[in-house]
Amino acid sequence: MDLLINSVGLILIAMIIWWFWMSSPKAKVVDAQLIDILVEDGVYSPANIEVPANQQITLRFIRKDASPCAEKVIFETLDKSLELALGQPTELSLNIADEGEYGFTCEMHMYRGRLIVKAK
Amino acid sequence: MTVRHFSIGGMSCAGCVASVEKALKNVEGVTSSSVNFAEHTAEVEGDYLPESLIKSVIDAGYEAALLQSEEDTAEKEAAEFEHYRNLLKKSFVAALVGVPLFVLGMSGLLPDLNNTQGQVIWFLIGIATAFVLWFSGGHFYTGAWKAFKNHNANMDTLVALGTGTAWIFSMVITLYPDLVPALARHAYFEAAAIIIALINFGSALEMRARGKTSEAIKRLIGLQPKTARVVRDGKEVDVAINEVGLDETVRVRPGEKIPVDGVIIDGHSSIDESMLTGEPLPLEKNRGDDVVGGTINKSGTFLFQAKRIGSETALAQIIALVRKAQNSKPSIGKLADKISAVFVPTVLIVAVITFLLWFNLADEMRVSYALVTMMTVLIIACPCALGLATPISIMVGVGKAAEFGVLIRNGEALQTAGKLDAVVLDKTGTITKGQPSVTQINAYSDWQQSDVLLYAASIEKGSEHPLAEAIVNAANDKQISLHDASDFKAIAGHGVFANVNQHAVHLGNAALMQKNNIDINVSINDAQQLAEQAQTPMFLAIDGQLAGIVSVADPIKDDSAKAIQTLHKLGIKVVMLTGDNSHTAKAVASQLNIDEYFAEVLPEDKEQKVALLQSQGYVVGMVGDGINDAPALARADVGFAIGTGTDVAIESADVTLMRGSLNGVADAIAISKATVKNIKQNLFGAFVYNSLGIPVAAGILFPVFGILLNPMIAGAAMAMSSVTVVSNANRLRWFRSTVVRQ
Repeated sequence: MDLLINSVGLILIAMIIWWFWMSSPKAKVVDAQLIDILVEDGVYSPANIEVPANQQITLRFIRKDASPCAEKVIFETLDKSLELALGQPTELSLNIADEGEYGFTCEMHMYRGRLIVKAK
Repeated sequence: MTVRHFSIGGMSCAGCVASVEKALKNVEGVTSSSVNFAEHTAEVEGDYLPESLIKSVIDAGYEAALLQSEEDTAEKEAAEFEHYRNLLKKSFVAALVGVPLFVLGMSGLLPDLNNTQGQVIWFLIGIATAFVLWFSGGHFYTGAWKAFKNHNANMDTLVALGTGTAWIFSMVITLYPDLVPALARHAYFEAAAIIIALINFGSALEMRARGKTSEAIKRLIGLQPKTARVVRDGKEVDVAINEVGLDETVRVRPGEKIPVDGVIIDGHSSIDESMLTGEPLPLEKNRGDDVVGGTINKSGTFLFQAKRIGSETALAQIIALVRKAQNSKPSIGKLADKISAVFVPTVLIVAVITFLLWFNLADEMRVSYALVTMMTVLIIACPCALGLATPISIMVGVGKAAEFGVLIRNGEALQTAGKLDAVVLDKTGTITKGQPSVTQINAYSDWQQSDVLLYAASIEKGSEHPLAEAIVNAANDKQISLHDASDFKAIAGHGVFANVNQHAVHLGNAALMQKNNIDINVSINDAQQLAEQAQTPMFLAIDGQLAGIVSVADPIKDDSAKAIQTLHKLGIKVVMLTGDNSHTAKAVASQLNIDEYFAEVLPEDKEQKVALLQSQGYVVGMVGDGINDAPALARADVGFAIGTGTDVAIESADVTLMRGSLNGVADAIAISKATVKNIKQNLFGAFVYNSLGIPVAAGILFPVFGILLNPMIAGAAMAMSSVTVVSNANRLRWFRSTVVRQ
């Protein structure tokens, strides 16, 4: 019994490390110019978005979560931020030339998303 | 589908409407559009990019700008209040079940799990608690699951795992008590319910406190009137603010707010701009003067022409700038962000290790100990306090600064402003009013004073230099008819040359005269005396002979001396830069108690002087007008631009002072220091809370003191940690201007 519990514990630790730090969720490849992102229940949906470089895109955030945590979305590396009105779409237009990953979070880093920019 | 409103410029006839409509309909995603010729606006519906639409209109030969109406503050507040009530309701329901269970348990009135009757009662309690977890804590479980699917973990994860583990373990031992020793047969249903109640209650309190942090931005949004009285077809009609078109004529009566930015075309009044600039005294405005949306017309009635509407108005730009700055983070908060990013998974690992340690090292109660400590670790950890520590203080600090007419561009500028130990002031327009006037004219040889002024003004007629303007104004006042000047040459830092009335005329400083071998010995004493009175003497030479001196003085602003005194009190060295000669510079410096000055500085050398001070180890703030001083402002650690009125679009500056007073510099530095101190307190509190709380929750005190933290106390501590951070940031709301404090 002890061996089983200890083994389960160690496997759990390994799984936490793997799931949260070593593996990434599959990004949703988006070709459209207008991308809707739902802000609800502590997550951005979709949270991982792949977009082409050098293309004008507009992210349209639709905030359903009334808690203050969801109020802002910050693109730190892009020096952009938005205040999300509850229940109303709020848009951010971007045209990113450089390939790479650009994170976006709420101000407390609990809501998290990634824009993965790839050359067409 | 989104409906947006745009202002359309350049439409002169009904035919233009068709052209604009065609341009709008050509944009991909536009489903319908209507152009209002009278209002010079367009309403466009569809899924399209606003930028594409604006480009299409511009390509068609017109102008377009997105009209952004601020969200209805009342609606937002109502939604927030609803959420607040909802959280309280959830907290109340959870407490309604949790607290009686806790009291009954402590009183020994609940049965144990060693018989069937006890099991049945506990099973029913478990079902009731499950309802509570679903009703009051459902959002934690949904959030945790969704985050998990995205390989993410957040506060919901910790709460869901902590309370979920408690409920599942309790239900398992209720159904199968023999799985654990008799002493360890304790159910934790009440703990799960009370933790959910406490965390919801904490969230409600935090929400309440956070509402106060955005008071400054709410106040700015509230300045925007809802309607405007425009003149259409000779009649005055009230229209919604977003229906005011470019170049429309607007009527403002006494006591009313000015709806948009524009220029007075008829009438005059005194206008209170204090809400935007912090300038306490109303300003007299006449025909041709600018008026700013959101400010209050005190006395007269006037008509003005709308020149900036929607997102282009000064007020809209101020709101946008303050919001952007509020959302930016200084480097002091980066460490907390890095920790936040890995915090929750780390806590999960610590919780599992805690479980295993207790399971392997404790006595027959080991399962209970392992479970309780694991649960307590999960519940006490508070990533929110860590994540909130910096942004919430920045939010209040930047907003408070805006109340004093100080616009801080970003969090980094705010952090650096608190570290400044030297401030460089450009003399003209910063220390002085920037409106020089001729104070004395000396004539030499056979020339008359009127001749000296005539030639000086004739040569300066085409120049835009402030000193030139003063000389031309003096000639105009005396109704002197000026000659035309030809072959005009400006010699930077020295003066000007031109041919006037068939004479070669030089006007400038002593260096210009020496350079052209003009003897000025006869006037040297006069010039020195004028300079010692803080005036700027300019030599006039006609055909290589000294003809006179035109002396110009720029009055020192009333509050400059006080502001410099305040900067000294803040421990800051004050340095002045001026293009004036050393005698004038010395006179101004001694009059204002300035620590150091650099005289005869050419515009392009200002940047070098800032760099020189930096090389001496100073953290340097540069204060200038933001146009001529742009390189020096950019070189400085913090660039302050003294705006005129509500001039917010000064890109080269880190801080814009909308009130043309040096007191704004002291205010900006003082509030920066206060905000950085507040952030440090928050970060210290959040770090100490988590780094002490988690080990205590894991049972580090147990081997020596026999103390184990109750998970419900952990829940209360967690709920209060965020509230404490927000409340501490709210203390910044009571910050007072350095002027008021004196």
